Amino acid sequence: MQRLTARPSATDKERSRGRRPAPTGSRSYRWWTPYVFTAPYLALFVTFVVAPIGYGLWISLHNWDINVPAKPFVGLGNYQELFDAGSVEGPRFWRAMRATGVFTALSVPFLLVVPLLVALLMNGKFRGRNLYRAVYFAPYVLGVAVVGLLWRFLLDGNIGMVNHYLGVIGLPDDIQWTTDTPAAWWALVGVTVWWTLGFNAVIYLAGLQDIPAELYEAAKMDGAGPWQRFRNVTLPGLRPVLLFVVNSTLLASANMFGQSYLITNGAPADQTKTAIFLIAETGLRRFEMGSASAMSFVLAAALMATSALVFRLFRERQEER
Amino acid sequence: MTQTDVRKPAPPTRTTAGGLDPVARRRLRRSLLHLILAVVAALYLSPLLYMLVTSFKTGADAGSVDPQWIPSPATLEAYRTVLGADDSPVLQWLFNSVLAAAAHTLLVLATATPAAYALARLQFRGRSLLFTAVVATLFVPPMVLLIPNFLIVNELAWVDSLPAVIVPGAASAFGVFFMRQFFLTLPKDLEEAAEIDGCNRWQIFVRVVLPLTKPALATLGLLAFLANWNDFLWPLYVLLSPETLTLPAGLANFQSANNIHYELLMTGAVIASVPVLLLYVVAQRWVIEGVSRSGVKG
Repeated sequence: MQRLTARPSATDKERSRGRRPAPTGSRSYRWWTPYVFTAPYLALFVTFVVAPIGYGLWISLHNWDINVPAKPFVGLGNYQELFDAGSVEGPRFWRAMRATGVFTALSVPFLLVVPLLVALLMNGKFRGRNLYRAVYFAPYVLGVAVVGLLWRFLLDGNIGMVNHYLGVIGLPDDIQWTTDTPAAWWALVGVTVWWTLGFNAVIYLAGLQDIPAELYEAAKMDGAGPWQRFRNVTLPGLRPVLLFVVNSTLLASANMFGQSYLITNGAPADQTKTAIFLIAETGLRRFEMGSASAMSFVLAAALMATSALVFRLFRERQEER
Repeated sequence: MTQTDVRKPAPPTRTTAGGLDPVARRRLRRSLLHLILAVVAALYLSPLLYMLVTSFKTGADAGSVDPQWIPSPATLEAYRTVLGADDSPVLQWLFNSVLAAAAHTLLVLATATPAAYALARLQFRGRSLLFTAVVATLFVPPMVLLIPNFLIVNELAWVDSLPAVIVPGAASAFGVFFMRQFFLTLPKDLEEAAEIDGCNRWQIFVRVVLPLTKPALATLGLLAFLANWNDFLWPLYVLLSPETLTLPAGLANFQSANNIHYELLMTGAVIASVPVLLLYVVAQRWVIEGVSRSGVKG
């Protein structure tokens, strides 16, 4: 659950900067008490978050196989191989990066817009609103394993319900959703939208409810129509939430694994095998951990660059105003 | 300034244009909205219903080209097969999943809550460093942790056992962040009063603060439980033998073993869904509130 925006508030800064502890000088705790409070979490944090980052970098500089005692240092060799079109890993890796890129580019727009529409619809006051909200959120709690199994069945090219009902309304009913591109891409995107729509919608909804009603009243008084109100009140009001949703959706899409593993299994010819899929396979099945680590850092760098770009776009838009 | 100045009669109000008075029109629009919402919601959940329906079908019916929404004959055969299969002990997976998710939840609450309290309320050397580090890791894409964490878990001899899926995930910064945010909203008066009464920090934390924290603990606990219950990639690679798998990893193996036996696959999916759906029905409000709070106030 890495879904958070980090915005230390002004008071945090005040507190961490300067101000000496306990002005009266009579703290009710010993100097080590805070460390007792933090120690258990700190142990986990260091072992499974801080140390692995450095360890991962270290591994990526070696020819590292868990079953082979000799782990020769290869410097940037693993990285060079990834950028070498003539190597074994290079083309394989970039095919996977392309898969992650295609999926992200196709899915993110839908995952941003469709939940926003749902949230706008849910933002009115009507009976049963909470029920509908719960309905749209429900698939998310099921997890990708159940969702993957279910849609592998529904999208089956021969007996799937999706093709059946496409046939009923007079559309082609023999699309091979799980083995052909581009159909497989739309299948993966569609399933992901169905599965996670509620997550973003709920976050949007919370953001919408934080926009003061007076702003809408004022806009109405100024003669703004529904579209203008959306453009000039709703969207600016959603900015902080939007930034969070864009980033968390980007991250989730770049991490897409289960859908591809269960629904297409990378078919056709590894075209839908995503980068994280390849990393797991390379490192945890074939145990070529040096190479897999190098891949994960390249993927992470690409993702961080994209995130930075999003931040900048958002800031530029803000300055225009 | 000649023609335009002439006063026009007030334009007929739009709402009466359809021959209906405004109230009836609004009512019509409202019921139309409700109809659309209800139909879309039903369509939205229909795949889940079909999953349930298919689990009661015979193998031949489940693989039939014509989707039947009412199984005839309805049979529990798939359940008998799935629950009786030796190579895929679904009930064991269910048990493992419940155990892992519960233990993980307790671990998250027990470690994140005191740490978050110290970060929110206590003064100590290294506090801002720790907080900065926690915030910074929120920007580290989690895929870089996959390979090294596998090796660390391997060093701890946890591969192919439940601690591997219980412990490492609890290091996520989310819980600390979430709880700290909550502690900052609590008024300090009660704690100060307890301090004057001579309570030590631990007593203040346990007797004064924790009781006020119940809603946040419930929300964080639910989110941690769900995240762990649904985690897929990590258990798929770190758990190996059939009897140690959690449900998601088990289901994936089950799928490759029963390729086209959709009635069996849907039965497995139903068994995996029921506990979490029940939890959702009971605690829906807290789950949704927790998710929305993670975005807006995080």
